[in-house]
Amino acid sequence: MSVAENQAAAGRGSARAVSILSSLGRFLVIAVTTYLGLLAVTFFIGRVIPIDPVLAVLGDRAPTAVVERTRREMGLDLPLIEQFYIYVKSALSGDFGTSVLTTNPVMSDIRRVFPATIELATLGTIIGAVFGVPLGVLAAVRRGSFIDQIARVIGLIGYSVPIFWLGLLGLVLFYAKLQWVAFPARLDVVYEYTFTPITGFYLLDAAMQGQWDVFYDAYRHIILPASLLGYFALAYISRMTRSFMLNEMAQEYIVAARAKGLSETRIIWGHALRNAAVPMVTVIALSYASLLEGSVLTETVFSWPGIGLYITNSLTNADMNAVLGGTIIIGSVFIGINLLSDLLYRLLDPRTKAG
Amino acid sequence: MTASDAGSLSRREWLLSERPASRMQARLGRAYVAWRRFTANRLAVVGLLIILGLVVVAALAGMLAPYSPTVGDLKNARLLAPSAAHWFGTDDLGRDIYSRIVYGSRWTLYVVILVAIIAAPIGLLVGTVAGYAGGWTDAILMRITDIFLAFPKLVLALAFVAALGPGIENAVLAIAITSWPPYARIARAETLTVRNSDYIKAVQLMGASPFRIVLRHIMPLCISSLIIRVTLDMAGIILTAAGLGFLGLGAQPPLPEWGAMIASGRRFILDQWWVAGAPGAAILIVSLGFNLLGDGLRDALDPRSGDQ
Amino acid sequence: MSGNPDKQTKGALLEVDDLRVTFPTRTGLVQAVRGVSFSLGRERLGIVGESGSGKSQTGRAIMGLTSPQAQVSAKKLSFDGIDLLSAPPRERRALRGNRIAMILQDPKYSLDPVMTIGRQIVETLRTHEKVSKAEARERALEMLRAVQIRDPARVFDLHPHEVSGGMGQRAMIAMMLIAGPELMIADEPTSALDVTVQLDVLNILDKLVAERGMGLIFISHDLRLVSSFCDRVVVMYAGKVVEQLKASELRDARHPYTRGLLNCMPRIGFERHPLPVLDRKPEWAA
Repeated sequence: MSVAENQAAAGRGSARAVSILSSLGRFLVIAVTTYLGLLAVTFFIGRVIPIDPVLAVLGDRAPTAVVERTRREMGLDLPLIEQFYIYVKSALSGDFGTSVLTTNPVMSDIRRVFPATIELATLGTIIGAVFGVPLGVLAAVRRGSFIDQIARVIGLIGYSVPIFWLGLLGLVLFYAKLQWVAFPARLDVVYEYTFTPITGFYLLDAAMQGQWDVFYDAYRHIILPASLLGYFALAYISRMTRSFMLNEMAQEYIVAARAKGLSETRIIWGHALRNAAVPMVTVIALSYASLLEGSVLTETVFSWPGIGLYITNSLTNADMNAVLGGTIIIGSVFIGINLLSDLLYRLLDPRTKAG
Repeated sequence: MTASDAGSLSRREWLLSERPASRMQARLGRAYVAWRRFTANRLAVVGLLIILGLVVVAALAGMLAPYSPTVGDLKNARLLAPSAAHWFGTDDLGRDIYSRIVYGSRWTLYVVILVAIIAAPIGLLVGTVAGYAGGWTDAILMRITDIFLAFPKLVLALAFVAALGPGIENAVLAIAITSWPPYARIARAETLTVRNSDYIKAVQLMGASPFRIVLRHIMPLCISSLIIRVTLDMAGIILTAAGLGFLGLGAQPPLPEWGAMIASGRRFILDQWWVAGAPGAAILIVSLGFNLLGDGLRDALDPRSGDQ
Repeated sequence: MSGNPDKQTKGALLEVDDLRVTFPTRTGLVQAVRGVSFSLGRERLGIVGESGSGKSQTGRAIMGLTSPQAQVSAKKLSFDGIDLLSAPPRERRALRGNRIAMILQDPKYSLDPVMTIGRQIVETLRTHEKVSKAEARERALEMLRAVQIRDPARVFDLHPHEVSGGMGQRAMIAMMLIAGPELMIADEPTSALDVTVQLDVLNILDKLVAERGMGLIFISHDLRLVSSFCDRVVVMYAGKVVEQLKASELRDARHPYTRGLLNCMPRIGFERHPLPVLDRKPEWAA
């Protein structure tokens, strides 16, 4: 290699480092402003919309002395901007106040219920991706065929059906009639007392401790809600996979791959899907985020003790701290996943590395 | 184009003329081509029929519903199975479910129309102003838009309703607040494509104010892509509203809102499945209608998206 | 002009007789190629025409790479005695890359962007020959050297976007030559490249084709390039062959379309006022 070429290569290397640093910086700015925006909106909801935030927190039957004390404790006598500053500070340290319903700090409540939601959403996303990606690929490759029509119908219904209603019908069919799955809960009552979770992900915990009866029971409880969420992920993932694949299959490198004599199978799964995989990562991450959100309704239907059920229970009991704390946590995870998928996209696509 | 001229051509030829003699003719011709493309898509026509059906049912609810949607026969008609007298059965308060669904169509329309006329103009305004002004205005407005886009919609709507208090008006407001950002994005993108075009420059030279340019020359261009997007979002709006209703945060009893009807039928789901079954099917059909219509409109009005 | 293959050699590598490619569209059938005939030995044949003349579709029909809705028919389309149109898809696939290869126009789009150049070359080889990974790598490096890439080990691990257009097209040539094909179809192989590297790439291609005694179909819109580079030239217009002649006899071309193409080319020392415009008569397409 000539000197000039060496220098060019070195220059490319440092340019690449700079571009990664600057994009990291940009990500950080986006993350911070978005998070501040989230806090601003919840602050607005919690402190500005209610005529009297104290009553919103305590309910209107609290004694006057308590109301006054809480008003001072909440810093409501301070100017709004100062209140917001204190709000942001405490939110950043994980302090969302105390839940009226459980009398625990909201954060410790959430820490207790969150693994249940993560377990459900993760399994749902896995189901959605495992079935959705191949379905989308086949629909694209055999465009207009029977399987393409099926994928289209599955997608359309997924976009149109109320998730909670489908969940209820699922319970009628698979629990009441066929008895394939267990009743709405996380575990049978028998195991509630004998089983000590470690991570909070019951399937994982049971497997780690070798308690296969618990594992099977947990499986029978989670499979229906997870499949339900998985179906919604599948509708979205298969539709996006199809359109990405159609786009890739029309590219010139596919013609070149055919000219090399590769088999269609190899062209589809080895070349087109590998190229489609880059945007697919974003799609799967986004569907994961939306399943976290969808868990609010699903958990209510399946009495699944996760953050969704926590929020809706708090809602019906006018427990604003808990509602807003839960909103901030789901929002933060949502923002985090959004940014992470963006970052992953850049890492996975060799084209963006050169900047 | 005079009447005698038009008479010598067939109406189709007049519409498809390569050299329209008036703006009116050009517009009608374009609409005709779009309509032809739309009706060639059978599923889109099905979607249109579903939505027209919804409007008709909502308008004629009083004539179509045999019973009162809110007052039932508690003594004799509780939780009856579907029959000739009660097509979809009755609920726990002895109300005819068919009649409630017929009246419920009004609330569904109420929600989608209100959300659309609140959210779409907000998005249109934010997007066109950001796109036309550029610079810091653009940066700040789009940052706010992105922040709202990064939020989980349903959860945010929940929090809003929690603060505003349950009720269908507040549900509408909450959904509208969470659904304008995509419209702003679209409007901005459209604005950016026309901002530097010659005819906008010509209008500027003639001394039009920025306000007038945005209002009269840019906004109209954003309308068609916005309509497509709003139609595609309708299903999501219906589902979110139904979800809020299901959680008891949307329409309050005794309003015959479909989501709330599912919630009240939930207790009897294992034995009297029809109480929750029928309103859910109604939501499914109407959402499906909007999705099919939206897809069809997109394919007909936006040739760029092609046949993918 | 079609038909009349003047030197029908018995062992022709490729024989094309009355090739037709038709696409169904919403408004009816569109004939992209309408009865093209030629035969090819181990020589360099240029196909020249404007865009839309059907030259690329001719190349793709020989490869078997026309889009699935296209209808391809011919009185004869045979490669080394194999009837391509009646050959089962599996057999045609085995020919592609192995015995007939094709170079596409722009390496920016015709190389898989997320796979390293080395892997793409190795992939061709391992599709057609049972070789170990290590040996495949060795052969790929050797091939990269053959297309005059100075640092093959480095380029082997690069992604297509990390190399220049000229380097990418050389990698493309390496990828298509590695299995040792006997016929190469080069579809505008240099049109997307910088003028400065066009000649380099052409020389590499020329040298390799000559060394290996391959047949070459060189598809281009550039008549001068084709005439300096090929032994014979086929001129296409509107899906038909209007003239077929030796490159050395180009100056004696009789067909007005060919003459028009020739006249379009600027020459040093000649005043050209007004600039000649290409004549297109409907009867040539008839």
